[in-house]
Amino acid sequence: MTSLAFERTPLADAELVRLYSQMTQVRHLDTSAIAWQRQGIVPGYAPMRGQEAAQVGAVAALDMSRDFLFPTYREMGAALAAGVDMGEYMATHKATWNGGMYDARATRVTPIQTVIGGSALHAVGWGHGQRLDALAADADAPLDLPVALVFLGDGATSQGDVHEAMNFAGVFETPTVFFVQNNGWAISVPTERQVSGGSVAARGAGYGIAAVRVDGNDIEEVVQATRAAVAHARSGAGPVVVEAMTYRRGPHSTSDDPGRYRSLEEERNDGGPDPLDVARERLLSRGAFSTADVADVQSAAEALEERVRADVQAQGPRPGAEMFEYVYQEMPVSLREQAAAWREESDHV
Amino acid sequence: MSNAVAAPPAHAPESGAARTGRTSLSMNQAINAALHDALAADPRAVVLGEDVGVLGGVFRVTDGLQAEFGADRVFDTPLAESGILGMSVGLAMAGYHPIPEVQFDGFVYPAINQLVTQIARMNFRTRGALPMPITLRMPSFGGIQSPELHSESLEWLFAHVAGLKVVSPSSPHQAYHLLRHAASRPDPVVYMEPKSRYWQKGEVDFDEPGNLEGVDVAREGRHLTLVAWGAMVTRCLQAAEAAAEDGLDVEVLDLRWLSPIDADGLAASIAKTRRAVVVHEAPKTAGLGAEVAQLITERCFGTLKAPVERVTGFDVPFPSGSLENEYIPNIDRILYGIQRVLEYRRG
Ligand SMILES: Cc1ncc(C[n+]2csc(CCOP(=O)(O)OP(=O)(O)O)c2C)c(N)n1
Repeated sequence: MTSLAFERTPLADAELVRLYSQMTQVRHLDTSAIAWQRQGIVPGYAPMRGQEAAQVGAVAALDMSRDFLFPTYREMGAALAAGVDMGEYMATHKATWNGGMYDARATRVTPIQTVIGGSALHAVGWGHGQRLDALAADADAPLDLPVALVFLGDGATSQGDVHEAMNFAGVFETPTVFFVQNNGWAISVPTERQVSGGSVAARGAGYGIAAVRVDGNDIEEVVQATRAAVAHARSGAGPVVVEAMTYRRGPHSTSDDPGRYRSLEEERNDGGPDPLDVARERLLSRGAFSTADVADVQSAAEALEERVRADVQAQGPRPGAEMFEYVYQEMPVSLREQAAAWREESDHV
Repeated sequence: MSNAVAAPPAHAPESGAARTGRTSLSMNQAINAALHDALAADPRAVVLGEDVGVLGGVFRVTDGLQAEFGADRVFDTPLAESGILGMSVGLAMAGYHPIPEVQFDGFVYPAINQLVTQIARMNFRTRGALPMPITLRMPSFGGIQSPELHSESLEWLFAHVAGLKVVSPSSPHQAYHLLRHAASRPDPVVYMEPKSRYWQKGEVDFDEPGNLEGVDVAREGRHLTLVAWGAMVTRCLQAAEAAAEDGLDVEVLDLRWLSPIDADGLAASIAKTRRAVVVHEAPKTAGLGAEVAQLITERCFGTLKAPVERVTGFDVPFPSGSLENEYIPNIDRILYGIQRVLEYRRG
């Protein structure tokens, strides 16, 4: 099979304005988060500069009242677009709580995933559950399934679990969108040393699932392709691989030194157009936007950043007792004893 | 319940099981009955794994389940253990109660990643928002002369992972009730089936499950406690019989829960006999026997008459069938262990 067909029609002006302001907000927050790390406000962060269109655009194609998002650790833009509170999101990077402080059930966004490829099978299992629910409710009705969208990097597609997930998804025809941001690098290893077979999208054929490759710097293209992928999955036609071609403009994380594996000149040349510039130029040229509007969007982003920074700075450590509380739904006696000993020995009575 | 994320822990499904009274079953029949009744009682329970459907499992443990509950509730997956457990995570997130099977203990290794980094941690990571009510069933331990990696003893590995609970039944009665219990709880449980005992018959009392938490005294005794689990319980009962011929009154304690360990129940037995030997199939070094011995030391040090002894497998890969009887603790080795404890003199 089969490359997924999608329409390259422009988005409505109002929608593009909305997405452009989300992109501007994440750009601003993402840039600030790096500064916060330098200032000692957070211990570390994984920048996503250059991936704003891919992330915001992918989420724009979802219905967050019923779909479910499975992010990695580089999905600030997706989390913001999905409505996750950015202070609670940053709690992972602040080292407040692994996975973040947001409620995964209420937000329909799984916790920040550290294990490369770890979530792909979860998205398949969750999607299979939706399919079982639908068939149990009415086996004859046309399918209109909630969809799981899982973010992966190009490096993640080397993992066995991702192969297993694509194979399972194909076999069970689950409503799963494998949204791969091919940002050119997996830490220091370039895509050509990571992905055999030319592209990630090419893999879809091996699993009999639809696939498409899009320009991840062009938000309209991302939205339209992902909408087509979601519609395909929703209708019960099975999973889709979307490979969004982006570029990781900064370091892999705030502790990475990209100078050891690529030059600044390469970064400038290989990045392609900045996704924010693409969207803004389009709005301006269509007359949907004035330079005053650009300034408004920017100041809204600055206001958000200030609020999030205050939130993050205000976050103290969680009470130590929580470390014991959340291991199990039903805490074993042995752990209760350890918690009691901890309380006594560390004066937390 | 379409479009559900994980339902908040709504558990202990109404027992729809119509079974009453007592009946004699082999252990694999008892587990089959438990799976059947769990599926009947809980519409969100699903069984998945390799060959669990039409075939009914290579040990026939899932026999007839797909025919009765349909291929949506009991389904074959592609041959991928990480896939089975990772898919179970997503099903649990969608509000299901997966009961995955890994076909043989040694093939859980490819899925350890999902077990340790995902299943065991998801409740913690999400601060309780996405519980993992998953019961992982697995034919475990040796004793049936099977090929390589079909006879592992991995309780040490699972028991060390925070977020997992681990249980192993030793009789058909326990097999039925512990599985029903595990499958109705909101936390992930690794359920280790002693495959050499699948064909052992015993009475299952459906009306009186007995205490399902903690240890079980399999045989009362005064002079010494043998601590064991899984297939080793039967062997220890045999050793106790042999010791009785020499006038020794040996207690056999079935640990059952390998995580969390019922330290109070353990201590109660040793407080009575003041001597203990731990018996397990896994290699000795860093095995669960060391943990049990230490728990006994912490709670019974003053009253112990001798250090706790261990009779275990050796620090070698589980050998092939022809050497299995050398590796797995046999009655003679257990009797030697008993003797070492009895003959201990303070230096
Ligand atoms: C299983 C696993 N192995 C190694 C790592 C360490 N690690 C973190 S990110 C990363 C590279 C991931 O590359 P890719 O999937 O392309 O995503 P990107 O970071 O480029 O967005 C590695 C090796 C990890 N987190 N998980």
